[in-house]
Amino acid sequence: MPVLTYRDALNAALREEMRRDPDVFLMGEEVGVYQGAYKVSRGLLEEFGPMRVVDTPITELGFAGVGVGAAMAGLRPVIEFMTWNFALLAIDQLVNSAAKMRYMSGGQVGVPAVFRGPGGAALQLGAQHSQAFESYYAHIPGLKVVMPATPADAKGLLKTAIRDDNPVVFIEGEMLYNTKGEVPEGEYTIPLGQAEVKKSGRDVTIVCHSKTVSVALKAAEQLAGEGIEADVVDLRTIRPLDHTTVLESVGRTHRCVVAEEGWPFAGVGAQVVDVIQREAFDELDAPVVRVTGADVPMPYNKQLEKAAKVDPGKVVEAVGRVLYR
Amino acid sequence: MAHSTAARRARQTAKPSPSALAEEYRGWLRQMMVIRRFEEKAGEAYSLGKIGGFCHLYIGQEAVAVGSIAALRPDDYIVCSYREHGHALARGMSPRTVMAELFGKAAGCSKGKGGSMHLFDAERHFMGGHGIVGGHIPLATGLAFAAKYRNTEQVAVCYFGEAAVNNGAFHEALNMAALWKLPCIYICENNRYGMGTALERASAIYDISERASSYDMINEVVDGQDVLVMKNAMDRAVERARLEKAPTLLEVRTYRFMGHSMSDPIHGHYRTKEEVEEHRKRDPIALWSRKLITDSLMDEPAIRTLDAEVTAEIAEAYEFADKAPDPEPGELFTDVYKETGVNGER
Repeated sequence: MPVLTYRDALNAALREEMRRDPDVFLMGEEVGVYQGAYKVSRGLLEEFGPMRVVDTPITELGFAGVGVGAAMAGLRPVIEFMTWNFALLAIDQLVNSAAKMRYMSGGQVGVPAVFRGPGGAALQLGAQHSQAFESYYAHIPGLKVVMPATPADAKGLLKTAIRDDNPVVFIEGEMLYNTKGEVPEGEYTIPLGQAEVKKSGRDVTIVCHSKTVSVALKAAEQLAGEGIEADVVDLRTIRPLDHTTVLESVGRTHRCVVAEEGWPFAGVGAQVVDVIQREAFDELDAPVVRVTGADVPMPYNKQLEKAAKVDPGKVVEAVGRVLYR
Repeated sequence: MAHSTAARRARQTAKPSPSALAEEYRGWLRQMMVIRRFEEKAGEAYSLGKIGGFCHLYIGQEAVAVGSIAALRPDDYIVCSYREHGHALARGMSPRTVMAELFGKAAGCSKGKGGSMHLFDAERHFMGGHGIVGGHIPLATGLAFAAKYRNTEQVAVCYFGEAAVNNGAFHEALNMAALWKLPCIYICENNRYGMGTALERASAIYDISERASSYDMINEVVDGQDVLVMKNAMDRAVERARLEKAPTLLEVRTYRFMGHSMSDPIHGHYRTKEEVEEHRKRDPIALWSRKLITDSLMDEPAIRTLDAEVTAEIAEAYEFADKAPDPEPGELFTDVYKETGVNGER
C-alpha cells in the first residue's frame, strides 16, 4: 500500500471524485493558480480547468453562499476555507442556509456540499488563527461534522463526504498535513458516523479526534511502559456521533478520558461524557475526565502556548486520575 | 442543439400577436389581483390567530413580482427574501398551497415546516423565501453559477429590499457575479423602508442603482408600480443574462402600503399617513386597470367580474387551508438529513 501524506491523501480523494463525477467542483481562496494555501489542491487546476477549480476573492460569506446555491441546483461543490478561523465570516451560510434548506423546504431542496479546510492550532499563530470550532457546527441539526486523523481516513472520509447528499463540515488538522501513512489506492470510502479503535487496550478508554489522536497514541505508549493498556477511540465523525464504539470500549475498560483541542465549555467532549453517563453509568469505576485546550484565547508566547494545548503528559495525568493512581 | 446567438435573439424578441398580448396583459391584472386579495386574506387570518410567527405582506408591490416573473422561463431560478408570498403566486404556485403553508398545514408548499418566510417549490425552481436579510443573495449567485457551469441558458433572479444593499453579502455576491460573468439578475425592491428605517437614514447614497457601478455592473432604475415598465426592464436584463451571461442590478422603486409585518401599523413613528396616502395614488392594480380600459382591452364590468372571481378563489384557498390537517407528529424528525447509502453511494 502506498504511503502518502495527509495532504496528498486529500488531494487523491478530490482528484478521484472530480474524475468520477462532473458535478463535483472545488472553490475557495488560492485553490487554483497558487495550488492551495496548504497544497491540498496541487495539480487540480491543470487537470480540471478554471470552471471546476475556482479561485475566489477573499470573501468567505460570499463564496460559501455561492457553494450553497450551486448545491441547491444539484451540483456537488467542495468549498475550501483557508482555515476555519476565517469561516466564521461564512457561518451564516452554513447554519442558516445549508443546514436549514432541506427542512424548511419540506424536503424539496438539499445542499450536497462539503465545506473543508484546516482547524485547530498550529504553532504560535496567535489567538485568531488557533481555534477548534467543531463543537459550533456539531451543535447544528442538518450538518454533519467529519474530522480525519490519519491519511487513510482523510481520503476515505472525504470521498464519502463528497458523495453525501447533506452539507458536510470537514475539518482537517493544520498540523496533520505533513503526517504520513498507508493509504489504499483507488476506490476507498469510509462511512460517516463510524469511530475506530486506533489501539486496543483493557485498562482505560481514551476518546479523541483529529490531532488529539496522535496525542492519545503517544500517551498510550507512555502508559504501556507503566503497564497500563489504553483503548484509543478515534471518533472520526463528530456528528453523527458513534455511540456504539465508545460505549463498547467503556464497557471493556470501565474508565474513560476524553481529549479534544477545543475549549472545555460545551465542547465535543461534554457531549461524549453525556452519552457515557446516560448509557454506561453502571459500567464506570470512576468519573470520566476531560482534557481540553485551556479556557483562554491562544497566547502567542511559545511556553504559554504549550501550556494551553493538550499534550501526551496531560492525557497521562488524566488517565492517572481515572485509575486513582 | 446549436443555435446562433442571432437566431436565439430573434426568437426571443419575436413579437406576440395582438390577441396573445391582450391575453397576457389581462393575465397580469389577474395575477396582481390574486396577490392583493391573497394578502388581504392572509392579514385577516393573522389577526384571527390562524397564521403565526412573522407575516410580511406584499400589498403595493404586486407589479414588481408579476412584471419581472413574466419575463422568465419556467426553468429559471427565483430566490426571495421573506416578503415572498407575491413572488410565489406570480410564479404560478397555487393560492391553496401557499395559504396552507402560512397556516402551517401539511398541504403547504413546504409541508408546514417553512411558514410565511420559507415558501419553496422546487418544480417551479422557486428556491425559497429566506429570513436573513441579504443572506440569500449569494444563493442566487450560486444558482447562476450552476447555470453557467452546466452551460444551460437558465438565469437566476434574486429579490431583496433596499435595506439589504448595506449588507456585506450583497457586495460579495455582486462582485463575484460581475467578476465571473454570471447570469444573475438582482432586483432591489426599494420600498423606501427597512422595517422602520428610511433609506436616507441607513444608506450613504440614495440611488441604489449606483451601487452597481462599484462592480461595473449594468443597472437600471425601474418604476415598480407599472407592471409593463417592470416587464420591459426585466426583458432587457434577462436577455443580457441569458445570451451574454451579464448580471444586472435593477433598482425598482416601489412602496409597501402595509406595515413591515403584521405587528407594525401602516403608518406610525417612521412615516406619516399623508405619505402613505400619496403613494397609494399609484396603486399598481389601479394603474394597470386604467391602462387596460384606455386600450380597450377590458371594461369596468369585466374588471369587477375578474375581481369577484379572484376573491372567490382566495376565499376557497382560505377554506382549504383552514380545514387542512396539521403535519403528522412524526414529521418533526423528517427532512433534517437525506439518507445516503452506507458508503455515501448516490
